[in-house]
Amino acid sequence: MASEMTGILRLYRRQDAVFRAVTFLSAAIVVVVLAGMIVFLVHGALPALAAMGPSFFWTSDWDTVEDVYGALAPITGTLITATIAMVIGIPVSFGIAMFLTEICPVFLRRPIGTAIELLAGIPSVVFGIWGLFYLTPVLQEYVQPALIDTLGPLPIIGALFQGPPFGIGILDGGIVLAIMVLPYITSITRDVFMTVPPLLRESAYGMGCTTTEVVTKIVIPYCRVGLIGGVMLGLGRALGETMAVTFVIGNTYQISASLLAPGTTISAAIANEFNEAFEEQHLSALIALGLVLFLITFAVLALAKWMLLAIDKREGRR
Amino acid sequence: MSARVRRRSAVNIIVLSLSVATALMGLAFLALIGWTLVSRGLAAINIDLFTQETPPPGSRGGLANAIVGSAAMTGLAMLIATPVGVLAGTYLAEYGRDSRFGSVARFINDILLSAPSILVGLFVYGFTVLPMQHYSGWAGSIALSLIALPVIVRSTQDMIGLVPVPLREAAAALGAPEWRVMMSIVWRAAGSGMLTGVLLAAARISGETAPLLFTALNNQFWSTDLNAPMANLPVVIYRFALSPYDDWQQLAWGGAFLITFAILVLNILARLVSARSQLKV
Amino acid sequence: MAGETLTARPRVHTKPADTESAEVKVSVRDLHFYYDKFQALKNVNLDLEDRRVTAFVGPSGCGKSTLLRVFNRIYGLYPRQRAEGSVMIGGRNILDRDQDLNALRAMVGMVFQKPTPFPMTIYENIAFGIRLYQSLPKSELDDRVEHALKRAALWVEVKDKLRQSGLSLSGGQQQRLCIARTIATEPAVVLLDEPASALDPISTAKVEELISELRSDYCIAIVTHNMQQAARSSDYTAFMYLGELVEFGATEKIFTNPRDKRTADYITGRFG
Repeated sequence: MASEMTGILRLYRRQDAVFRAVTFLSAAIVVVVLAGMIVFLVHGALPALAAMGPSFFWTSDWDTVEDVYGALAPITGTLITATIAMVIGIPVSFGIAMFLTEICPVFLRRPIGTAIELLAGIPSVVFGIWGLFYLTPVLQEYVQPALIDTLGPLPIIGALFQGPPFGIGILDGGIVLAIMVLPYITSITRDVFMTVPPLLRESAYGMGCTTTEVVTKIVIPYCRVGLIGGVMLGLGRALGETMAVTFVIGNTYQISASLLAPGTTISAAIANEFNEAFEEQHLSALIALGLVLFLITFAVLALAKWMLLAIDKREGRR
Repeated sequence: MSARVRRRSAVNIIVLSLSVATALMGLAFLALIGWTLVSRGLAAINIDLFTQETPPPGSRGGLANAIVGSAAMTGLAMLIATPVGVLAGTYLAEYGRDSRFGSVARFINDILLSAPSILVGLFVYGFTVLPMQHYSGWAGSIALSLIALPVIVRSTQDMIGLVPVPLREAAAALGAPEWRVMMSIVWRAAGSGMLTGVLLAAARISGETAPLLFTALNNQFWSTDLNAPMANLPVVIYRFALSPYDDWQQLAWGGAFLITFAILVLNILARLVSARSQLKV
Repeated sequence: MAGETLTARPRVHTKPADTESAEVKVSVRDLHFYYDKFQALKNVNLDLEDRRVTAFVGPSGCGKSTLLRVFNRIYGLYPRQRAEGSVMIGGRNILDRDQDLNALRAMVGMVFQKPTPFPMTIYENIAFGIRLYQSLPKSELDDRVEHALKRAALWVEVKDKLRQSGLSLSGGQQQRLCIARTIATEPAVVLLDEPASALDPISTAKVEELISELRSDYCIAIVTHNMQQAARSSDYTAFMYLGELVEFGATEKIFTNPRDKRTADYITGRFG
C-alpha cells in the first residue's frame, strides 16, 4: 500500500513536470512567433533600407524599374485613411451606442445590438467589394462633385477637395474603413456603456440632468478606460486592414493634398505587389513597408496600454 | 435661471437628434451592406456553386474547390492553434501569473492579437514558401493558425481567470496533482468559455484573405494536396471581384455570401455555448 | 508535560491539562507564517488530538484560517507565502522542503467556506478524490461513493440522481457533498474553514450535526465565526488574536472560565 502510494506520487510529480513544460513551451511558441516575425521583417527590410537610406521614409518615388523605393505615399495613405475612418467612425459609433443605451425603445435594444455584433464578423473582403461596386459609383456621381463644389472653393480645407471625382481614392478607402470598424467599435462602446451602474445613471437623472448631460458627464467619464481600449482596437484594425482598402484606394504611389485623389496604403501595396516582386530590392522594399506597418500598429498598442496605465495610476493615487 | 434650463434642454434636443441621426445613418449603411450581400449572394447560389470547380472566364462553374480548400485550411489551422493556444493560455493564467516571462508573453500575445494579418502572411511566406520554393495549403494553414493562436490564448487566459480560486484549492486539497486540477477541474469549469473563444477564432480566420495571398495562393483546379497551392474562398472572391467578367463577379458574391453565412453560424454557435456557460457559473 | 517544556509562554499551553488525553495527530511548534513581509502567525504552539473537534475562534484577520491553511500547506499554491517552525503530522514535519504536497493533502482533507462542487456529476465529485490514489473495481468504487454519501447524511437525498451535476444541488447539499468528497479519501485529519458561514440555519444545523457524527473517526479542526457553533460542536477551543494563540483549552473551560481578558471579551461579544 505504502509503496503503491509512493509510486503514484512519483508518477504525479513527473506528470506535473511534463504538463508544466508543455504549457511553458506553448507559451514560448507565442513569443517565438513574434520574435520570428520581427527578425523576418528586419532582416528582409535591410537590403532596401541600406540602399535607400533614410530617404526610404520621406521620398515618394516608387519605381521598380529604376529600383528606387520611397515609402512616403503608402505611409501617408495608411495614416490618412485610418484618420478618416476614425473621424467618421468614432462619433457614429458613439452615437449608435448612445442611441442603443439611452434612447432606443427597450424592446429594440437587444436585436439591434446583436445584429451589430454579428455584422462585426463580416469578413473585410466583403466590405471591399461592396465599396467597389456600390459606394464608389455613388461617391463619384453625387458626393464628390458636391464636395468639390461646396468645400472646394473654401480657403485651407478647400485643398482637401480638389481634382476630378474619381470615386476611388483616399476618401473612398477611409469611408469603407469607417464602415468596417463601425460595428466593431460600436459593440465595444455599447458593452462599456452598459457597465455603468444603473444607480449612478438614475441618480444623475434624478438630479434633473438631461440625457446629454448624463452621457457626457457621467457615462463617458465613467467608461473612459474601456472607450480608449475600444477606439484603439478599432484604430489598429483600420491601420492594418488590407482587403477593405485594396479594392477602392486606387493603388497609385502619389501624394496629393486632395482626399479625392487615388493613393495607396502599406497593406494595399504589399497585397498588390508582393506576388509579382521578383527583384530582390523590390521584395525587400515591400518587407520594409511591412516593418513600418508593424511599428505603427505597435506604437498604437503601446500608446493604448500607456494611456490605460496612466489612468489606472491617477485613479489609484486618488 | 429659466433661460439656462431652456438652453440645456435645447442642447439636449440637438445632441439627441444627432445621436439618432448618426445611429440611423450607421445602421442604414450596415443594413445596406447586409442586404446587398444577401440579394447578390442568393442570386449566385445554385447547385453548380457546390459541385463545379472555379471556371475560366466565360464558362460555367462553381466554387467547389475553393469551398473544400477553405474548409480544409481553416480546419487544419484550428487543429494546430487550439491545443497550443489552450496550453499557452493555461500557462499565462496559472504558472506565468507572477513571473517576468509570463508578463512579457502576455504583452507579446496582445501585440500578435493586434498585428495586421497581412504581416502574418509575409512572415509565413518567409519561413515556408521561400525555403520550399512553392506556395502550399500547409503554408496557408499555418498562416491562419498564427492568426487564431493569440485569440485562443487570450480567451483561454481570461476564462481560466474566471474560475473561482476555491474550486482549484478544493481540488488541490484532495491531493490532486497540478495537471489533474487543471485538466479535470479548471478546464472543465472554463470549458464553455474556452469553446466560445475557439469558435470565435474559427470565425475570425474563415474570412481572412490577406495572409493567404502569399501562402496558399490559389488554385483554379480541384486539389486536396496540402503541398500544392490551394484554392480558397477569400482569395477567389478577391480575384474574381476585381475581374471584368460578370460571371466571375457573380461567383465572388456567391462566395462572399457563403463565407459570411459560415461566420454567422460560428458566431451564433459561440453565443449559444457562452449563454449555456453563464447558467453554470 | 510536553507543552510546558517546549513553550516559553506561560499562558499558552499546547495541550489542555484538564481532559483525558487522546493520540496527538497534529503537533505545532514555534510556527511563524508570513504573507510576503506581513507576519500573520506568531509563535503558535498547540496539539490537535484524534477523535476530537478543535475549534479556532477569533476576530477577522486573527490568523485562524491561515493556521488551518498551514496544516495542508494549501498556501503553497501562492508565491511569497511561507511558514517557519514545525508541524508534525504522521511522524514528520510537513513543513520540510521535501514533503510531497500531494501526499500531505491526501492525508489532510479540507472543506472550504463556500461550497465548491466540481463541475461534474455527484458520483464523479466523490469518485474524483478516491481515484487519485486507488484504482478500484467499479463495484467497490460504487460502495465507497455510497458509504461516503451516507456518512455525510446526503445519500437519501441524492441516491436517485447520482448522474446529475453536483451544481444542481442546493447550497447546503453542496456543502455536505464537499464533506463527503473529503472523507471519501479517508484522510487522517479534516480541516473545516467556516463550513457553515454561507449556509442557511437549517443547513447549518445539518452540517453541525454531521461534524459531531464525524468526530468519532477523525481529528477535526474547524474555524468558525459563530461562538455558539464553537461551543456546541467542539471539544477544544483555541482563541486567536492578531496572529497569536491567546488561549487554548477545553471548550467548556474557555467559554465558562477564560483565563485571558481578551478571550473573555471576545466570547462575551464585547469586541471585534
